[in-house]
Amino acid sequence: MSLKAFKRALWVYHLNTGSCNGCDIEILAVLTPRYDVERFGIRLVGTPRHADVLLVTGPVIKQMVPRVKRIYAQTPDPKVVMVIGNCGSEGGVFYESYNLAGPIDQIIPVTVYVPGCPPRPEAIIEGVAKAWVKLEQLEQQGVL
Amino acid sequence: MTVGETRKATYTIPIGPIHPALKEPVRLDLTIDGEEVVGVDVALGHVHRGIEWLGMHRNNPIQSLYLAERICGICNVCHPFAFAMAVEQAAGITPPERAEYIRTIIAEMERIHSHLLWAGVAAHEIGFDTIFYLAWRVREDIMDVMEYVTGNRITKGMFQIGGVRRDITAEQLPRIRQSLEYYKSIFGQLKRVFLDDRTIRMRTKNVGILKREDALKLLTCGPTGRASGVAKDVRQDQAYAAYADLDIKAITPDILTGTVVGDVYDRIIVRLLEVKQSIEIIEQCIEKMPSGPILAQPKTAALLNALTKAEGEGIGRAEAPRGEVIHYVRLEAGRETVSTWKVRAPTYTNLMAMPTLLIGGQIADVPIAFASIDPCFSCTNRAVIVDRKTNKKFLLTDKELRELSIEKTRKLKC
Repeated sequence: MSLKAFKRALWVYHLNTGSCNGCDIEILAVLTPRYDVERFGIRLVGTPRHADVLLVTGPVIKQMVPRVKRIYAQTPDPKVVMVIGNCGSEGGVFYESYNLAGPIDQIIPVTVYVPGCPPRPEAIIEGVAKAWVKLEQLEQQGVL
Repeated sequence: MTVGETRKATYTIPIGPIHPALKEPVRLDLTIDGEEVVGVDVALGHVHRGIEWLGMHRNNPIQSLYLAERICGICNVCHPFAFAMAVEQAAGITPPERAEYIRTIIAEMERIHSHLLWAGVAAHEIGFDTIFYLAWRVREDIMDVMEYVTGNRITKGMFQIGGVRRDITAEQLPRIRQSLEYYKSIFGQLKRVFLDDRTIRMRTKNVGILKREDALKLLTCGPTGRASGVAKDVRQDQAYAAYADLDIKAITPDILTGTVVGDVYDRIIVRLLEVKQSIEIIEQCIEKMPSGPILAQPKTAALLNALTKAEGEGIGRAEAPRGEVIHYVRLEAGRETVSTWKVRAPTYTNLMAMPTLLIGGQIADVPIAFASIDPCFSCTNRAVIVDRKTNKKFLLTDKELRELSIEKTRKLKC
């Protein structure tokens, strides 16, 4: 698979699987003027079909499982799944709840984890950079 | 049907749970006739994380404060605020006066950030992204101050049963004042942008009207209710913390315009004026703040012991940026967790106004009218709504319906 698309502007799609909004507003903060990742070509898009990266937040509520799978399937390859926040990474404060199907890596494959409750905007930007590096490594190893 | 006669058909458009116009998962079923919305149904439950259950079965009340903050990442001060007040009432703990002032300052900072955030999101919903970016840029200053004072940008971790965990020191005050001066200096500009702009006026005036009598009937609270002329505010009606020492009046749009329409424009006015009100409250709090301890019981172990022995019930009411939030807590002696915890978030009652707001409007007005109550589903989704008449519609998702259908086919085959 070619990584051509990834060497240019990355478009992200934001998927909330039942988060408390903390991570979600930090993702929006990353996209707005203070942190302004749009200068790197990173842009929020309205449909997963246009996205290179899925930013997933939340501990995955049972009701959301089919939707998460479907959105993952709708995103074209090559794609990166970034989990933002503790509760998406390992359940976080909700880990024993009866209504969770997550964490996210139980439902869809995850490339990068950004821990924090919620992570700082800088951490989210670093996560995107890490995802880039990881994909390049995989490409060199011939995995992709 | 005769030739030439057109049949009027209504369609149902499902919006969500994942949709670019919605920031959180929720499903709206709109019944439309041409461009007009004739029916609305809201399906919740996509953010139900079982928080109350965790609070009643796993966490002790001090740990539940951490959980209460994570009910909602945007209004993460008002939930621990109301929870702490409820537990304090149940256990008979009185927080020191200085702690009450610090709580008030943090709560008002949250209101400024939340209203600016809403202003940005609302502008985004009408496709006015310039204003979205402007509002979020302006918002970063109060985020900096909150981080400076509490150590965190989003979840502040300030609350403790019987006080607050961090003091606001004298050397922190100039930075807070500087931020307040900044907001005062740009307030005129914000007002011009949000209230005089032609695009915003066109898209928000006479859109999503909620009349005063409807607002009263549907128990709307917070800025949504106040924009319809219901002058109710917990800070004014049942003053808690330091609000009793301050002069607070519920803000209604007629302060500025002389009339109450109850449309989206009025909701912008109320929120904008509340930003100014919050700045004034913080200023007064800084001036009047007494010195003294910040915790009723500084030792956590002793506090936990007292809470385990305590018996009683308490109700905490706080005015969140979206309206009134109520926490009910019951403590039983010898039990480490709270025995009952019930949260009622403002969106819960404001959502009931949604059909009234949307019906009769156009599909294109749905996003802004929907966003105008500033809905917060992570707060609301703690219970499954069961409406007996529309039982199936509320409780079953498409997939579950399909599964039921397959099951029925199997049964019939046997």
